[in-house]
Amino acid sequence: GFLIPYFIMLIVEGMPLLYLELAVGQRMRQGSIGAWKIISPYLCGVGVASVVVSFFLSMYYNVINAWAFWYLFHSFQDPLPWATCPLNSNRTGYEEECEKTSSTQYFWYRQTLNISPSLEVSGAVQWEQALCLTLAWLVVYLCILRGTESTGKVVYVTASLPYCVLIIYLIRGLTLHGAVNGLIYMFTPKLEQLSNPKTWISAATQIFFSLGLGFGSLIAFASYNEPSNNCERHAIIVSLINSATSIFASIVTFSIYGFKATFNYESCINKVILLLLNAFDLEEGSLTADNLNEMKDYLMATHPQEYAQLLPQLKNCSLEAELDTAVQGTGLAFIVYSEAIKNMEVSQLYSVLYFVMLLMLGIGSMLGNTAAILTPLTDSKVIATRFPKEVISGVVCFINCIIGLIFTMEAGNYWFDIFNDYAATLSLLLIVLVETIAVCYIYGLRRFEKDLHTMIGRKLNWYWKVMWAFASPLLIISLFIFYLTDYILTGTLQYQAWDGTQGQLVTKDYPGYALAVIGLLVASSTMCIPLGALVTFVRKRLKRESVSTVA
Amino acid sequence: MLQVLLLTFSVVTVARAELCKPDAQNAFKVRLSIKTALGDNAYAWDANEEYLFKAMVAFTMRRYSSKTTTQISNVLLCNVTDRVSFWFVVTDSSKNTTVPGSEVEAAIRMNRNRINNAFLLSDKTLQFLKISSTLAPPVEPSTPVWLIVFGVVLCLIVAAIVFLVVAGIQQRKKKNKESTERENLEEKGEVTITIENGIPCETLDLKAGHINGVFSADDERFTSL
Repeated sequence: GFLIPYFIMLIVEGMPLLYLELAVGQRMRQGSIGAWKIISPYLCGVGVASVVVSFFLSMYYNVINAWAFWYLFHSFQDPLPWATCPLNSNRTGYEEECEKTSSTQYFWYRQTLNISPSLEVSGAVQWEQALCLTLAWLVVYLCILRGTESTGKVVYVTASLPYCVLIIYLIRGLTLHGAVNGLIYMFTPKLEQLSNPKTWISAATQIFFSLGLGFGSLIAFASYNEPSNNCERHAIIVSLINSATSIFASIVTFSIYGFKATFNYESCINKVILLLLNAFDLEEGSLTADNLNEMKDYLMATHPQEYAQLLPQLKNCSLEAELDTAVQGTGLAFIVYSEAIKNMEVSQLYSVLYFVMLLMLGIGSMLGNTAAILTPLTDSKVIATRFPKEVISGVVCFINCIIGLIFTMEAGNYWFDIFNDYAATLSLLLIVLVETIAVCYIYGLRRFEKDLHTMIGRKLNWYWKVMWAFASPLLIISLFIFYLTDYILTGTLQYQAWDGTQGQLVTKDYPGYALAVIGLLVASSTMCIPLGALVTFVRKRLKRESVSTVA
Repeated sequence: MLQVLLLTFSVVTVARAELCKPDAQNAFKVRLSIKTALGDNAYAWDANEEYLFKAMVAFTMRRYSSKTTTQISNVLLCNVTDRVSFWFVVTDSSKNTTVPGSEVEAAIRMNRNRINNAFLLSDKTLQFLKISSTLAPPVEPSTPVWLIVFGVVLCLIVAAIVFLVVAGIQQRKKKNKESTERENLEEKGEVTITIENGIPCETLDLKAGHINGVFSADDERFTSL
């Protein structure tokens, strides 16, 4: 159902913007700060904003790798630690919190995160998570140590290994019981969803972030290309491969999802059957999934009082409801997949494969981010001449690691959600909008066309020109307006907090200082653009004045 | 005489029937799920199995209290249903009352494993409803497994980093030595070095020299032979 908006957004938004960034990087041959300075001196703020956003991203994104390491190390046990609940203190039953929710959720919220009931209760730093985070940063440091040349070789592994694992999972996933339900759910278009603008918005956002537009990493990587490189072909190929991978990954995801939903549905039915058998002392095997409804009516007719007593406990099991439980957020991805894996045979193998794949993807993203931060630093002569490459990378990794310890505290996951939701979204939209407008109108579309012709040797297709000049900016502006109206309509911002006593998530309001942090996050990256323009303006004014006084 | 016997017999039976009733004092409900546990190998629940059950409970009481007075006839079963669930009590023949529930509970908890094995069932499939079972704790090794794996990976990564850093430093030292040697040789005029605009070619940054696409020999522009 999601596929139609996804493809349309890809063609209208993804490909043109990707081509634009690659072309800019290849033409200007510098990281994001230098490249925008060349286009127009007033736009140095855009590059700085990209670097700031990348810096925020690298701060919090590596925590996901730390979690993946944690799960990976715990996969070497039999049985898997998230498969069963731990026992309570007098060994008469399972832990209370684990009883109320499932064992996988308990493992995530209590044993991995040790989450506090709300944002205000900070708690202590979890040393296990801190260790995993340090390890994750060491791995990233190892990969970027020698600069982009070595990063290129690492990416061969981090990009190809996930494909192998996905193929293994595809074969395993499609042979699982109930996988077909998930696939049918994925491919049936839901027409009422298509008319909902939220679907189109999330498709656009998804394309945006999966291609990595606006972070400056694309410009940084493209600056290392040969100038005669055919970036038009590369842009089309990259975006198509990216989408094909997304579709492939979502097929695997939905088949596993279907398996999990079917498994939960069948256990729900079995629980209901057991409850009825025990309450009415019926013979075993007399109630099956097929005759359950008729037997329920029969029992309601023959023993109305006892049935009425039982009614609150009898859940209405529905496969659709299981499939509809939305999958979003990083924590949910860990919970859903580990729940599916624990029910497979040889679960340790699949668990190891899955978390290795997750690690590869995460480290690949981190490499892009750190490249976006390091390229401007190594480009600037002030820093590059004084310190060698290794020291600069080491300092950046160290600072990020220390800041990242915030996310290993008990309330760390709430701060992680803040960063995840607000650090990148609005700023990236603004950055990309300014980029498109800058290239088309300030630098001049004709001038850029000539540059591309010099580089590639081919005339620019009219399709790209229309997209860059009109369609993409309009689309981004409408996305922007949507986000702002959404925020204004809902009023205060809220977050989901885990309540251990109930065993589920509850909605709470953000305290004042959290709102201040959110505002700071958004402002610090967006304000760079006008500030940069202002600083350049003031500098030029001063220069002109000093020149005129000298003359 | 016969009538007196019959009367006492019926009184005793009635009295005993009163002792074993659903929700009676010191009575416990038992529930078996034989088909769930054994599938195709499930046995049918009949009078022989009931006899075995009574025997196991009597055995348990004997083991617990070390009294050899509990007989199979002291264990009363009633209300057997199709589910296979029933109630039972343990009577005390000397006092003609039921043994206190706490004693029965403690005895069964002590010997739960033996009772389960006699019926080829487990704690979950042979349930004593008011008696909670002691769950077996999971096996925990002395050092958590994840720390071992973590240690191995950490050592590998640190070793690789140290290797790369040291190699980088050595390379830079070699380059510095070479360039000072070359400068010394230059002064002596012994080595010819290709120079472009006063800069030796080797030190030119690779990024600074690039091929101009317009002027490069593009095969497509020339007519093929």
